[in-house]
Amino acid sequence: MSQQTILFEKHQQYGGKIVDFAGWQMPINYGSQIDEHHQVRTDAGMFDVSHMTVVDLKGEQVKPFLQYLLANDVARLQESGKALYSCMLNEQGGVIDDLIVYYMNDQWFRMVVNAGTRDKDLAWISKQAVPFAVDVTEQPEVAMIAVQGPNAREKALQVLPLDVSQAAADLGRFYGAASGDWFIARTGYTGEDGFEIIMPESEATALWDALLGAGVKPTGLGARDTLRLEAGMNLYGSDMDESTSPLISNLGWTIAWEPAERNFIGRDVIAAEKAAGVEQKLVGLVLTDKGVLRGHQKVIVAGVGEGEITSGTFSPSLKQSVAFARVPVATGDTCQVEMRGKLLNARVVKPVFYREGKSFID
Amino acid sequence: MSEIPTDLHYTSSHEWVRLEEDGTVTVGISDHAQEALGDLVFVELPEVDSELAAEEACCVIESVKAASDVYMPINGVIVDTNQALVDEPEIINSSPYDDGWLFKINPADEDDVGQLMDASTYEAELED
Repeated sequence: MSQQTILFEKHQQYGGKIVDFAGWQMPINYGSQIDEHHQVRTDAGMFDVSHMTVVDLKGEQVKPFLQYLLANDVARLQESGKALYSCMLNEQGGVIDDLIVYYMNDQWFRMVVNAGTRDKDLAWISKQAVPFAVDVTEQPEVAMIAVQGPNAREKALQVLPLDVSQAAADLGRFYGAASGDWFIARTGYTGEDGFEIIMPESEATALWDALLGAGVKPTGLGARDTLRLEAGMNLYGSDMDESTSPLISNLGWTIAWEPAERNFIGRDVIAAEKAAGVEQKLVGLVLTDKGVLRGHQKVIVAGVGEGEITSGTFSPSLKQSVAFARVPVATGDTCQVEMRGKLLNARVVKPVFYREGKSFID
Repeated sequence: MSEIPTDLHYTSSHEWVRLEEDGTVTVGISDHAQEALGDLVFVELPEVDSELAAEEACCVIESVKAASDVYMPINGVIVDTNQALVDEPEIINSSPYDDGWLFKINPADEDDVGQLMDASTYEAELED
């Protein structure tokens, strides 16, 4: 049975085209996905991300628990509110999920995980938590709105409740702060500045309306996907999953190898993989011929081998098609992509294309 | 509600078809189809002079979301394609029935056009 967020009626009122996403009825767009994309790149847009899962971890042993659970090291979080992006690996070194964890205090961390992986994440976290003095509590009664774009913070600060606005005003990048029942973080999934705001469900529609009044336009999941791809951010289930290690998913940077004595789940397997040398890498592709790159298209690297596109789309900011692809590690500067029986030419680049008004490709 | 001009014929795969005075047949996609597909970003038009059978896939249109085939509505030969769409596929979104036409056919049999759905039948099918 498909679920609705507390903002479902707002999406309908604004003409949202509703699709099923990970068991939730969510707006793919409100008319034009491309206009919504540009709105976020040039001004401010808002996304209902209430389908995402908020999990609080509390207790005496929460820090050692997370140091064991996650491939990144929460010991890096020294200041209250600081956020960390991490993979949660299985024992085979595959990615169960990617997530953001916030350090609130020594006995409280807050985690935001994907909607599509909610059930298996909660089961896994609870199972691993058994030997630790940690309480794992999902927060299902909250809504979450992401406000993103160069003018997003300024517009949001005008309409947030006063105490929340005060807590938000001085947040550094990748920091969050609690304010009463609310939690606000300077994070996002678009390659733009902005906030992600977690609040009680009962307050979400009023905030949505207030943001609309401040000129923040509703933006659907379609634009969220083109924005994150341009920004070089992975999508769980497409760019990595339980069968791929972070090392071949452009997520090696999120693994904290030091201190060497920290034992985290999957460490021995990916350490061995790293020592042996990986065979694949996740790269960016820019299509030089006309067409649109899509997930699962075959990539052919002359004299080297084959690979596959993991996510592909038309980039509204660059006005050409871009993709992530998993290819042999010896892949050079160019490749070809098989599309409807034809071979089209593409350049191989670092997997980040566009952020905050700046193109990352030549 | 999408626009369905009454002077055109339609297919269940959402192409529209217009018999022109010179005997050629112009083909495009319906307003309903362009809206369902979303912002179009790429069109791969058929080759002029190719002879194709009804229901054969002959053209690909891609939105930000996905690629979709366009099918030959009737038997015939492609005689012209809308080159303006190569650089501006979004014309299909803004003008599906006029500037956003896809290709023209020299039909094997003009009478085939009349065998396709009329506007009211297509409208009823969309409501199902």
